[in-house]
Amino acid sequence: MSNSLTHILVSFAVLFTLLAVGGMLIWLERRLLALWQDRYGPNRVGPFGLLQVVADMIKVLFKEDWVPPFANKPVFIMAPAIIVTVTLMSFAVVPFAPGIQVVELNMGLLFFLAMSSLGVYSVVLAGWASGSKYSILGGLRSSAQMLSYEAFMGLSLMGVVMLAGSFDLNRIIEAQRDGWFIRYQFVGFMLFLIAGTAETNRLPFDLPEAESELVAGFHSEYSGLKFGLFFVGEYLGITLISSLITVLFFGGWLGPWLPPLVWFTLKTFFFICLFILLRASLPRPRYDQLMSFGWKVCLPLAVGNLLLTGAWILMKG
Amino acid sequence: MINQIVFLYFAAVIVLSAVLTITRRNPVHSVLFMLLLFFHIAGVFVLLNAEFLAAVQLIVYAGAILILYLFVVMLLNVDRESKSDRANRFWPWIVAFGLVIFAEIGLLVARGSFPLEGGQIMNKTGIKELGIDLYTKYLVPFEIASVILLVGLVGAVMLAKKKND
Repeated sequence: MSNSLTHILVSFAVLFTLLAVGGMLIWLERRLLALWQDRYGPNRVGPFGLLQVVADMIKVLFKEDWVPPFANKPVFIMAPAIIVTVTLMSFAVVPFAPGIQVVELNMGLLFFLAMSSLGVYSVVLAGWASGSKYSILGGLRSSAQMLSYEAFMGLSLMGVVMLAGSFDLNRIIEAQRDGWFIRYQFVGFMLFLIAGTAETNRLPFDLPEAESELVAGFHSEYSGLKFGLFFVGEYLGITLISSLITVLFFGGWLGPWLPPLVWFTLKTFFFICLFILLRASLPRPRYDQLMSFGWKVCLPLAVGNLLLTGAWILMKG
Repeated sequence: MINQIVFLYFAAVIVLSAVLTITRRNPVHSVLFMLLLFFHIAGVFVLLNAEFLAAVQLIVYAGAILILYLFVVMLLNVDRESKSDRANRFWPWIVAFGLVIFAEIGLLVARGSFPLEGGQIMNKTGIKELGIDLYTKYLVPFEIASVILLVGLVGAVMLAKKKND
């Protein structure tokens, strides 16, 4: 009985921590971007501007939640919920530390891939249901982009699976006791980083929302809490990809001296900052460049990496 | 007992969403009901202890193929779709074929023997066993299926390729 009680407590703790992190990342991103662009950023509300998040939340909650008359109402309402639900579901298999995991699945990694492949529905349906030209263009762009980048996202992770011999994220971490997988899977790591950025629609892959050409693309008709959900969903996505990079390539919670949870948090935080730095430094490519990069560079690289990893494992016996 | 109930739930939603998929006027709504259908089929796979199949069902069908449908359907004119006729002059033929298939299914259910009752649990099979089976026992059909997929892939590229001569 107490076992299932701790289980429920862990699940709720994970849920609330993630939602809080998702909110705080908005502040962190604005401050870090400001730092790198030689500005101040939000520094007025509370110490270091930390309460800016609270102020923004209050604003978003009390804003009029407007559904345009030309929108397809049920789909319009459903779309923002999908991205948050699907991303939170993916976190269920992430091992934060020994014992701190919502559910231990044999198919952990496949579960993550399945859930992340569903995230695209949110963007596509939002774009379609909004009933505006710019939104549908954003939706079309994102469906093509996410499909293309998902194709090699799974492939880029198979090298890790082959080395660990399991889809179970706990076993993958345990297999890295002798050394992190980044040593053998640098190509896989780079490809996963690129695919992850594309999956979360982050710059330089934010063509579905490209504000200068599409007026925020798929979410230009959204306001109030629904817009807030898209926003939080994006930051949850960054956290998810960062924590998976940590688990798959950088030994998860493994590390000397400090407790496992601290190691996991530190590593994940590092990659979150890397995502923000990417946004601060890279320009947006043209759409055809994006597609040909995905299919002509990344996909062959992922297949080649898989081939080499297989050959190496066979050679070692 | 609880498995039986869960199975009945999955079965009911599968049938219902399948019917809704083909009766909705709005093509995007049809696609969404199909998504619901795929989810519940994945649920049946989980119930059968075939977690790998469930994951692949979601990754391939829900995550890739259905998105492509959505991509095409989004380009359709929804207004024209909802005003157009629901059937063309071939409808008696379609109904006849449908009845034949329905009778076949009925015959199969009545006469055939099933290894499992609804809601029964199968023995757990890992990915490893599945892989070994695919590459030894079922090697030839597996390879034929891959070649067919490859042909489809190359054919699609050839059709879409611009002729620059």
